[in-house]
Amino acid sequence: MADKRRSSRPGVNLARRKALKSLATGIGVMALPAPQVSASVWAAFFQKHFRELSRDDLERVLARLEKTCQEEYGRSVTVKATPPLDGVRFGYGLDLSRCIGCRRCVHACVAENNQSRHPQIHWIRVVRLQKDKGIDFDHAEHYYDPPQVPEEGHFYLPVQCQQCDRPACTRACPVQATWVEPDGIVAIDYNWCIGCRYCMAACPYGGRHFNWEKAVIPAGELNPDMHYLGNRPRPVGVVEKCTFCIQRTREQPGRYPACVEACPVGARKFGNLLDPKGEIRQLLEHQRVFVLKQELNTQPKFFYFFAT
Amino acid sequence: MRRRTILILLMTLGTADAAGSGVSSLAPAAGESRFDQSSPLYRSAIAPPDLSEDIFPCSNCHAEIKPDLRRRELRDEHGAIALRHAAGQLWCLDCHHAENRDTLRLATGESLPFTESYRLCGQCHGEKLRDWQSGIHGRRTGHWNGDKQYLLCTGCHNPHDPQFKPLTPMPPPERPGRAVH
Ligand code: HEC
Ligand code: HEC
Ligand code: HEC
Ligand code: HEC
Repeated sequence: MADKRRSSRPGVNLARRKALKSLATGIGVMALPAPQVSASVWAAFFQKHFRELSRDDLERVLARLEKTCQEEYGRSVTVKATPPLDGVRFGYGLDLSRCIGCRRCVHACVAENNQSRHPQIHWIRVVRLQKDKGIDFDHAEHYYDPPQVPEEGHFYLPVQCQQCDRPACTRACPVQATWVEPDGIVAIDYNWCIGCRYCMAACPYGGRHFNWEKAVIPAGELNPDMHYLGNRPRPVGVVEKCTFCIQRTREQPGRYPACVEACPVGARKFGNLLDPKGEIRQLLEHQRVFVLKQELNTQPKFFYFFAT
Repeated sequence: MRRRTILILLMTLGTADAAGSGVSSLAPAAGESRFDQSSPLYRSAIAPPDLSEDIFPCSNCHAEIKPDLRRRELRDEHGAIALRHAAGQLWCLDCHHAENRDTLRLATGESLPFTESYRLCGQCHGEKLRDWQSGIHGRRTGHWNGDKQYLLCTGCHNPHDPQFKPLTPMPPPERPGRAVH
């Protein structure tokens, strides 16, 4: 259980129940679980915020999640809560001169991160743009489906959570269910999220997705290596998004995110921004990088470039 | 499996001295730690070339064939190889060693194992080679803070026809039926 230590927990004022209450007064009902539901549902309802859980509480929560998941999918799974690594701030690079829009990354991400197959949730969206128009989202197309890519006159731009240093989403959350971790990953406590979707409205990148219905994931395709803040199956009514594959990357040694490994053209780069020899710093130094919607000053840690 | 066989073949031939230029072979030796935190440079390895079945060692045939330096249409063998590299300026023996067909050839005349073909490419594509070495061009897999594997240039570019080949895209997202995404 040594790896199941909790994440960072700066002193935050977690006023979720207050917010829930004021919402409830507005609507006129308090959404408590029905009295006949199981003990684990009650336990989940009264669980503290992830960053306020004591070590023992956390162990119990992880064990409960593992058990629920095992019951539901009939497979043994591990839910860890590996904390950030010291001296690490993650950064990501994407070479738009190489990307051919093949969507291998999209589907690798779905499989790795236990995204719902129905209704469908994709954390990565690839937009097709026109070479003569440049990065102009008025001419963006998500649903392109030619027999082969790349297509004449087009280029492709994959978008996912940009892991901002000054995110609009975390500030929009009324209950602080989403925050920036010390390694730069923007995390969500799915058990604390109240599903108001303010964060989705605030995110300028469309990086967040909502669970309208119970996720459908074939048990045989479930990835059993799970992180509390990452790819464990999400409950209905909460928001989810890319976590830089927290269950893979926050390890010693940590694997590359699934999208990086799936990319056939090698357009996707990942590493530690604090490592001067790492590939991310190399590309920041040697390529002309840019971020999406720079004017909003969200300070993404997701850098795009056109390698020559 | 095939790749491994070829690697072993190369090794038994003694041409795969892949430890040169600071890279070690793909498989760590038995008992060796996969991750050495004391080392500032993590072990990196290059996946071996993916040659066709039964083509290697080339010397199986070429030991008996006198090298023919003439630029010509190949009829008896290798007829499927169509050179579409550098607008027809290159010929086979600019890259393949005439006397030792199991190796490649650098402009200096030095012979080079297939496992180090990136040095051949780097003679003319120096900037790409540097970008590949720093992780900007090409692909790394494995661990971002530990062992990693690189693909050879030939893992993505056919040296005889190097333009990256188009792919069939995977399915697009479903169009939202209601307010879902
Ligand atoms: C630009 C340099 C270059 C030129 C020019 C070139 N080759 Fe190659 N060739 C290579 C490299 C590098 C490989 C190894 C490919 C790999 O690693 O998968 C190779 C592989 C091969 C193979 C093994 C292919 C297989 O099926 O696995 C044959 C046979 C071959 N070359 C023959 C030729 C012939 C014949 C010509 C001339 C018509 C030629 N080559 C021209 C660089 C070159
Ligand atoms: C099955 C036998 C066979 C194998 C195996 C074979 N070759 Fe050849 N190769 C030939 C023959 C025969 C020719 C002459 C073809 C012609 O003149 O039409 C030839 C011609 C060539 C040529 C043209 C230059 C010359 O000397 O004629 C190159 C370059 C070459 N081979 C490279 C390779 C490489 C590299 C490999 C291993 C990766 C390889 N060959 C494996 C049979 C073989
Ligand atoms: C003797 C010089 C030389 C060597 C060796 C060489 N190339 Fe090239 N290559 C060229 C030239 C010249 C061009 C065409 C000019 C250009 O497009 O930059 C070219 C073009 C290319 C292209 C662009 C193709 C396109 O149509 O988009 C790729 C990719 C490439 N080479 C890869 C390789 C690889 C991989 C190797 C090693 C197996 C290699 N080259 C070895 C000279 C060389
Ligand atoms: C992971 C796959 C991958 C590897 C490995 C790789 N390349 Fe490329 N390379 C690409 C793609 C994709 C392109 C862009 C498409 C194209 O132009 O064919 C490209 C383009 C190129 C070009 C054309 C110039 C340009 O910028 O478009 C050259 C030259 C080249 N690569 C050389 C190399 C050399 C040399 C190596 C090894 C040191 C290498 N590549 C390794 C995928 C790869």
